[in-house]
Amino acid sequence: MSSIAVVRELPPGVHPEPTSFWRKYIFSLDHKVIGKQYLFYALFMLVIGGLLATLVRWQLAWPGRPIAFMGKLAPEGMPNGQMLPEFYNSLFTMHATIMIFFAIMPILIGAFGNFVVPLQIGARDMAFPTLNMFSFWTAVPGAVLILWSFFVTGGAAQSGWTSYAPLSAVQPKGQTLWLLALLVLGISSLLTAVNFITTVLNLRAPGLTFFRLPLTVWALFVTAVLLLLALPVLSGAMIMLLFDRVLGTTFFLPKGLIISGQPLTNAGGGQALLWQHLFWFFGHPEVYIMILPAMGITSEILPVFSRKPIFGYRAMAYSILGIAGLGWIVWGHHMFQSGMNPILGTTFMISTMVIAVPSAIKVFNWLGTLWGGTIHFTTPMLNAIGFVSMFVIGGLSGIFMASTPVDIYIHDTYFIVGHIHYVLFGGSLFGAFAGLYFWYPKMFGRKMSERWGRVHFAITFITFNCVFFPMHFLGMRGMQRRIYDYSQYAHLKGLQPMNQFMTISLFVLGVGQVILVLNFFLSMRRGQPAGDNPWRSNTLEWQTSSPPPHENFHDIPTVYRGPYEYSAPERGADDHWPQNEPPSGRPVTAHG
Amino acid sequence: MASIAPRGRVLRVASGVLGAAAVPSLASALPFWLRLPENVATFGSKIDGLFYLILWITGSIFVLVEALLLFFLFRYRHREGRRAHYTHGSNRLEVIWTIVPAVICVILALLSRRSWAEIKQNMPRGAMHVEVIGEQFSWNIRYPGPDGKLGTPDDLVTLNQLHFPVGRPLVVELHSKDVIHSFFLPEFRVKQDAVPGMTTRIWLEATRVGHWEIACAELCGLGHFRMKGFVTVETPEEFERWLAEQAKENAS
Repeated sequence: MSSIAVVRELPPGVHPEPTSFWRKYIFSLDHKVIGKQYLFYALFMLVIGGLLATLVRWQLAWPGRPIAFMGKLAPEGMPNGQMLPEFYNSLFTMHATIMIFFAIMPILIGAFGNFVVPLQIGARDMAFPTLNMFSFWTAVPGAVLILWSFFVTGGAAQSGWTSYAPLSAVQPKGQTLWLLALLVLGISSLLTAVNFITTVLNLRAPGLTFFRLPLTVWALFVTAVLLLLALPVLSGAMIMLLFDRVLGTTFFLPKGLIISGQPLTNAGGGQALLWQHLFWFFGHPEVYIMILPAMGITSEILPVFSRKPIFGYRAMAYSILGIAGLGWIVWGHHMFQSGMNPILGTTFMISTMVIAVPSAIKVFNWLGTLWGGTIHFTTPMLNAIGFVSMFVIGGLSGIFMASTPVDIYIHDTYFIVGHIHYVLFGGSLFGAFAGLYFWYPKMFGRKMSERWGRVHFAITFITFNCVFFPMHFLGMRGMQRRIYDYSQYAHLKGLQPMNQFMTISLFVLGVGQVILVLNFFLSMRRGQPAGDNPWRSNTLEWQTSSPPPHENFHDIPTVYRGPYEYSAPERGADDHWPQNEPPSGRPVTAHG
Repeated sequence: MASIAPRGRVLRVASGVLGAAAVPSLASALPFWLRLPENVATFGSKIDGLFYLILWITGSIFVLVEALLLFFLFRYRHREGRRAHYTHGSNRLEVIWTIVPAVICVILALLSRRSWAEIKQNMPRGAMHVEVIGEQFSWNIRYPGPDGKLGTPDDLVTLNQLHFPVGRPLVVELHSKDVIHSFFLPEFRVKQDAVPGMTTRIWLEATRVGHWEIACAELCGLGHFRMKGFVTVETPEEFERWLAEQAKENAS
């Protein structure tokens, strides 16, 4: 174990880095490379999902006005550039599906989860590297299938991301591809979940107890547990729906259905509401699957740039567990007006009101973390603060629909669309941006431009609110969601100017994202070299080089304290205290 | 109807606060975009009242939290020579900010429960019954004929035209022929899915005569956006006359 060697000596039991292009960049087993693969995958799908949203908003701002070039690009859905209602239905269905399953989940869990978890727990890789590679390369055909569905007869799926049966059972064949794509992606997510759980349970560095884990790891670990338990329910329901579509079963088809004047002869014995129960039993934990990692990232970044320990570490960890536990008994709040027994509605209302509490605890603890800190307004910090301020709106607007009588009016209106975007864009995406600016130096060895990062944040933050806040107003005026032409209704006619304002804001928001894309790619070559620990952070990923070597750490670190010991009085002028620094003097290693 | 008496003192006080004419003043203080459109259902003011109550509570929390956030960001911005306050939190604060939101949420849930039971659980007696059958993309509305009973051969069926008299509750039995639709009357604060293979029921009572629209609120296919119907609330005499005309048209 001497260290006199000239070439970099590998620690015992570590395989050398592969040298071939294919094994190094394409079929890599390295969690860091796989994390980056997910990052590119998710950013690409984010762009696609965003473009679909732009078309949706175009139709809402100027119903029926043609877009010339779209007539050539999508001649079936937009003949002469004029959008057909079925194409509109495909657009919002695919926007939501792509954003939820192919952008937000891969960026938070696939990209940050893969890249950060092994580094933060002081491991050399995930527990099952080959499985990890398989997960990514299963997610790819999922994306191919979902994009391919745009080009089949009848177009892509058009029954909403929730795909309520029986509508989804009688739609054109794009819906079948939608089911296949999500089933394939489900396998990928399931394997990732198993991998994360095993990794966190077994590969933590010596001394890294559960209550010394960074909150990002807490959040991703619990997210993986939710995925493991929720996804099989969705997959089961999707297989049933697939059978209804192609094999003539009738899980979701009650007797006596008459579709476009033709009796559906095989229908009978099925239950339309069964789909909703199964879908939302998955769907509500899914909401937390998308927000918990972003909460973890925020809890990571606020202490670093406040130079202060996180306020109420244990309360933060317990509230993650609380959300994860309560998340299983609230699914019925999506079904208050569905025909589900109203007495059950009351039950679900109470559990839903209670689940607001752990989220409130988190917000107050984030405020507590800022209180008394010395706040540095770096780009990761700005986005993390953006997360906190926007998540507050998304959380509070949830109280309205939790109240069953109020939900009667706002259910299936734009109020809901506003709420979900404050949680998923204001929450998850600001969290993802924060994570991207924060870990980019570790991923690529260089920092992204702070100046352009600030411009990107300012544009995104302002235009985001211009696009999504008015959705609450539209919902309050009674505008339904998923509606191709609201000008059909007398009481909605007057909403066009508001809709135009939102759409124009979205265009600016979209252009603002070009700054992020340019900053992302240009900084890889031109960014300021980051050094090992540019943010003077305590957690283990910053105690190795940037980017880390193939084996992450030359020697596995030993952990002596919690992750957020900033500005400890005994450290004097030094306001950080790495987790692996021994109580006195230099770091020692597990087998040094 | 048969609402269950509120239990517990907190609940009584809270419903008192809610009921004591606070609601109209809560709403009138708000700008146009924060107000709900006109309500013409007897129970609508309860829904609106809860909405405004939640709006005031969440609005106050929102202002408080964001103001505190901005204040902290300004007050504790980094300056040379200042050191962060080293603390891991406060159990007392954790307890406070766990219990206070929990109490607010549970009170809101209990207040909501009463109105919910009244609106969706208990159907009024002495109501007129109609059947509404959704299909892609229209509303078939079936009225009881001269025998006053639904499901008999003398029933009357109209397309997209819902008429009913003012001052008498109406019970709507919802069905669907094909996929799920949602029967949405914005000004009546009514929304209920029509599910194939199931009967769902809602009731409403108008506070004035007038014309409004029925919207479909559940995505039901390519014509979802134009699945529109019309509501006409009339005086009982006008309604009887209209019904007789429909019967004549049906017969001929």
